[in-house]
Amino acid sequence: MSTGAREEILGRIRSATADLPTQSPEVPRTYLRHAPDVDPADRETVLALFAERLEEYGATVYRAGPAGLVSTLAEVLPAGRVMVPTGFPIAWLTQWAGEALTEETTPLSRRQLDGLDAVLTTCAVAIAESGTVVLDTGPGQGRRAATLLPDLHVCVVRAGQVFSSMPEVIGSLDPLRPLTWISGPSATADIEMIRVPGVHGPRRLTVVLLLEEDQSRDAVG
Amino acid sequence: MSRTFVGWPAFPRAAAAATQDMQLRSNVTRATGTIRGKRAKLVTERPDWEDLRDSAAALKDEVLAHLDRYLLQAEEQVTAAGGTVHWARDAAEANRIVTELVRATGEREIVKVKSMLTEEIGLDNALEAAGISARETDLAAAIVQLGDDLPSHVVVPALHRNRGEIRDVFVREMGRHGRPAPQGLTDEPAQLAEAARLHLREKFLKAKVAVSGANFLVAETGTVVVVESEGNGRMCLTLADTLISVVGLEKAVPTWRDLEVFLQLLARNATGERMAPYTTTFTGVTPGDGPQRFHLVLVDNGRTRALADRVGRQALRCIRCGACMNICPVYERTGGHAYGSVYPGPIGAILNPLLKGPDDPQTASLPYASSLCGACNEVCPVRIRFTDVLLKLRHEVAEGDAKVKHPVEKAALDAVGAVMEHPAAWNAAVRAAGRVGPLMPRKRLPGPLRGWTDTRNVPEIPKESFRTWWKRTDGGTK
Repeated sequence: MSTGAREEILGRIRSATADLPTQSPEVPRTYLRHAPDVDPADRETVLALFAERLEEYGATVYRAGPAGLVSTLAEVLPAGRVMVPTGFPIAWLTQWAGEALTEETTPLSRRQLDGLDAVLTTCAVAIAESGTVVLDTGPGQGRRAATLLPDLHVCVVRAGQVFSSMPEVIGSLDPLRPLTWISGPSATADIEMIRVPGVHGPRRLTVVLLLEEDQSRDAVG
Repeated sequence: MSRTFVGWPAFPRAAAAATQDMQLRSNVTRATGTIRGKRAKLVTERPDWEDLRDSAAALKDEVLAHLDRYLLQAEEQVTAAGGTVHWARDAAEANRIVTELVRATGEREIVKVKSMLTEEIGLDNALEAAGISARETDLAAAIVQLGDDLPSHVVVPALHRNRGEIRDVFVREMGRHGRPAPQGLTDEPAQLAEAARLHLREKFLKAKVAVSGANFLVAETGTVVVVESEGNGRMCLTLADTLISVVGLEKAVPTWRDLEVFLQLLARNATGERMAPYTTTFTGVTPGDGPQRFHLVLVDNGRTRALADRVGRQALRCIRCGACMNICPVYERTGGHAYGSVYPGPIGAILNPLLKGPDDPQTASLPYASSLCGACNEVCPVRIRFTDVLLKLRHEVAEGDAKVKHPVEKAALDAVGAVMEHPAAWNAAVRAAGRVGPLMPRKRLPGPLRGWTDTRNVPEIPKESFRTWWKRTDGGTK
């Protein structure tokens, strides 16, 4: 049955498009490669835009240099049970008083994940213009269920992972990995088109922007 | 059984009733006004907006011109990544495939991510007939399902309901399908969202089987893309053991990189956001992460019929952003139900007749559900020229089966006249539409008007309507 349907549909497509030339016109690509009015080499502007856009969508943003990261994480993480995926640098957690759970040996059940206070991850890349963090389940990011069920997601983004625009990052991502593109916490506009934060996904998103040495000195001042 | 549009009155009768419903008109006007404002603000942020539209239209045309090749490529990639691809000629075949797949799992309750295609084919009723309950998890889709209602918008299916009506549905119905609404629930949107969270959480934590649609299917990699706001999509796509994605043939895009075009357009145009809160992309099965069984059901159900229409095939570029509904003065007056389809508004007025053919009495009147003001042309992210297609389809109805055509044409024109009978409101709507930019047909007119454009260009249509000009200049005397 299914094979018959496949051949029939392909046949219908071929006869429906028989009038079209085999060589298609070239697809124009004149849109911007970078965020509007942003020089991607101007790192401070890119990072400021990233933070601004995240906050506009209801995320909380902290900036920390390598020296301040440990205390910043201790401040933003709840002192409860937190999923910390394999590959996350645990040296960053020395001041934090909570309990870190990993899935090193056995995956947690959905109900166990649902009962956690937070999930703490790194990310693959980030996009300043849309305030987007992309997870690709790589080291420190965990499987998708682990970053979905806890109600608070704390994500450490290294400054070097932040690019100005979508066209700058898409080629670096591997489509064979499951990717989650997160632009602010869960929200809905289904009631009278008014944006309400927080439905099913993590209702709170905290991004800790890990700055390079020199940038952090500026930020502290 | 949940309600469907089967047996729904054709546009003329449905529109006449809808325009008398003041609550409905007020709900639709308020919601579309809000979203128009948000969209306009974000579109002006992008100096390359027109370039993005050019690219999106060209990419979709490329896919449609070689759709056989792109779908075969997608099939190969999905299969290589551990998924199974099924092909369905029509709604009945698609429903049969999905029902069999669910039945094989032994599950009686499944969760769904909002999908207009599964509404189009009536999947929920087919599953129910097989003893399987499919629970909608998108907030608006859940409002529609709990209220035994019908979708009225492709992005916000419950757009026709206000907060008070939604609260009443939750209080009355949630308990019959799982966790009841919290005591003392008010009509505050945040409280309503919380009630939905609690009600659906139980279902997500138990779900073994999920059904989704897709926003895009990347041919090059076999990647399925689902764009959403609430996280219900992530729940379904991630937590289920078995995932069945039901996808229209036209959802293909050529390459992974092309997502940089569509993902920059979609949320801006649909909900006035730079990106929707969540976009999930996945390819087949990933060991140790998410569903370990993945089925992709590719559905024709009239799409190849639309593809054969030389003027109308551009309707298949549609990425379901809903902007044409939000800007349409006819939609604002009638709401979505009057169109008698899960695809209302300008896209519904062209897509439904293209999918079903001009002899269907229900859809034959839809090409008349328009004043041809052209505002939809201007907001469309893939540059569908709605007015070209509407004129072509009207011509077909006029040339078609006399038994269908005469009653349809007359009744439809009467109905649109009645919808527009309040000149002050109508003029305000057309002025609002005109502000999005002048209508500029760049190529040729379709169908019976083509001869006129063989030897001349279509003139620019002025920003100011004739009525506005007449009023401003007092009939040209000032």
